[in-house]
Amino acid sequence: MSNAPGLSLRRRMVGFAGSGTVATLTLLLFALWVVFAITIGDRFFSVNTLQSMAFQMPELGILSLAMMLALLSGGLNLSIIATANLSGLTIAFLLTHYIPGSQGLAWVGIQVLAIAAGFAVAALVGLVNGFVIAYLGVSPILATLGTMTLCKGLAIGLTRGNVISGFPEPIVFIGNGTVFGVPFALIVLALCALPVALMLNATPFGARVYMIGSNEKATRYSGVDTRAVLLKLYVLSSLLAGVAAVVMLARFNSANAAYGESYLLVTILAAVLGGIDPFGGFGKVGGLLLALIILQVISSAFNLLNLSQFLTLAIWGGILIAVAAVPHFAGKAPR
Amino acid sequence: MPEVRVASFDRFRRSHEFWLLMVILGLCASLGFANAQFLTMQNLFDLLTSYAFVGILALGLLVVLIAGGIDISFTATASVAQYVTLSLANAYGANWISVFAIAIGIGGALGALNAIFIQKLRIPSIIVSVATLNIFYGLLIFFTGGKYIYSLPDWFATGIFWFEFEWGKDSSYGVNLQILALALAFLVTWLLLNRTNIGRQIYAMGGNADAAQRLGFHVFGLNILVYCYMGVMAGIASLIQAQLAQSVAPTVLVGKELDVVAAVVLGGASLMGGVGTVFGTFLGLTLLAVLQNGIVLLGVSSYWSPFFVGLVILISVSATAWSQRERRTRSARQ
Repeated sequence: MSNAPGLSLRRRMVGFAGSGTVATLTLLLFALWVVFAITIGDRFFSVNTLQSMAFQMPELGILSLAMMLALLSGGLNLSIIATANLSGLTIAFLLTHYIPGSQGLAWVGIQVLAIAAGFAVAALVGLVNGFVIAYLGVSPILATLGTMTLCKGLAIGLTRGNVISGFPEPIVFIGNGTVFGVPFALIVLALCALPVALMLNATPFGARVYMIGSNEKATRYSGVDTRAVLLKLYVLSSLLAGVAAVVMLARFNSANAAYGESYLLVTILAAVLGGIDPFGGFGKVGGLLLALIILQVISSAFNLLNLSQFLTLAIWGGILIAVAAVPHFAGKAPR
Repeated sequence: MPEVRVASFDRFRRSHEFWLLMVILGLCASLGFANAQFLTMQNLFDLLTSYAFVGILALGLLVVLIAGGIDISFTATASVAQYVTLSLANAYGANWISVFAIAIGIGGALGALNAIFIQKLRIPSIIVSVATLNIFYGLLIFFTGGKYIYSLPDWFATGIFWFEFEWGKDSSYGVNLQILALALAFLVTWLLLNRTNIGRQIYAMGGNADAAQRLGFHVFGLNILVYCYMGVMAGIASLIQAQLAQSVAPTVLVGKELDVVAAVVLGGASLMGGVGTVFGTFLGLTLLAVLQNGIVLLGVSSYWSPFFVGLVILISVSATAWSQRERRTRSARQ
């Protein structure tokens, strides 16, 4: 019976797909490409389509990296969007107040300082998160729910919900410019993903993050200062939100207290789809990037097919359940 | 007997609920002094009415958290239940019993779907509910085009107003649909968790799922019940919200899930399962309601309201964690 070709093919497929999230996702991406190539045709592979995909991905990508760091340690960071908006507004405020009338070196200096100030705000939020989670022992979901509301409140209170817009050319370039046809924002995503991947896979700090995610108590008893690691991790997560802030305000050429709020749960969706264990300890940057590409391919293809973006949301949810269920079916398959 | 009472009071005094109660009483007292409007019947009824939606959802979520799971798809469930039920009521006519039956049925079915994904496919509840939130919401907006419904059946728009009584000169109060539903939800959830065998099983399963399974608990059935209960609460909450808003807006509920999570976890329920009380949830909800209401009554611009809410959440969770830590180190030294 087991020699029947149909069964062995299925077994091989399941065995291959079940051999890790990356394999499943690669297969899925390939399948999607085939389906969309047939339904959409050449238009799907045009330079325009590819470029617009590359423009849309970085915001969600950088925010997902920020979420991923917290998830790997067994935590969660619900404050990433609020942090991004608060630091975006800081940058926007400084730019719109000091750029007009400045020239030469001051003009460059103010832009650099504004972005630095934005990062400082993000780092401060990260310090609060890290301190409350690591040193006071508050659960990450509660602590970051608090800072999320606090940051959003601060942003709304200070701006009264208004938009700050109109930035100098170099800032706008970050979100809308291209280098040899590659969107600059995609380069920013790469410049974030590569160091994060290196940090997680090739440094003692990265190893400790995975250890904390697997078993925090055991890690502490084996002599690791888990509190210092967690503090640093939440600062890094917040700083990534700060980078996302720059990309976001550059792309829209404006900043607001409520931009990108629907991204929050999507970053969790992307991270989990990418094989990051929501309880911590497992997951790679490569998986996350694959998941982001899949989400983007679906979104862009549906756009070309003139299907509602809300149908895209539903499909994203369906794919998450399907991919999460693969290990279950792979485990049940006859060996 | 008195010793028992002293001991239980002592235990209460050290509990999370006690501190929360003190914070709330302190807040109420100072708000009462600062603004005569705060401690009035009018304000009390307004608060109960406007927080009924979050409160009913919080009770559903409490049961899920105690059982050791999490659900954040309930806002989407509520949106679907609200839209389908009131569209049907508009098209075919209905009465109070049938609208609630339909909404409860839809909520329960979507909740059961969550439980089936979680239990039969062995996917963690956080992943399932993030996914189903997107699926339910995405499909709802896809099929309805996100259009609002402004014309509701007359009897539904009028609502109910029971036990009317006069207080003072020209103000009359009564139990409206929102307050009635909130009170019933509290009563039923309290009974379920504290007075039934199933309630004890839910606590046990949340404390240790493997042990519960080995003891012979019907874990799958319990999970179905818990997620259905959440869905049913979402269905009920959706109708009273539509009655209050006098319209059905499919896009406004999704995004409010974290408000509900905040109320429940402020009330002391643990995301690890097995821990949480109806009284705690009541206090968590009260804290958020009093705080937001107080800020408005103190004349602080409503733009600053989330800032203060965030501040209080952060301070109260930090203080609780700190005091528990102190107690642990003290008992370790002894």
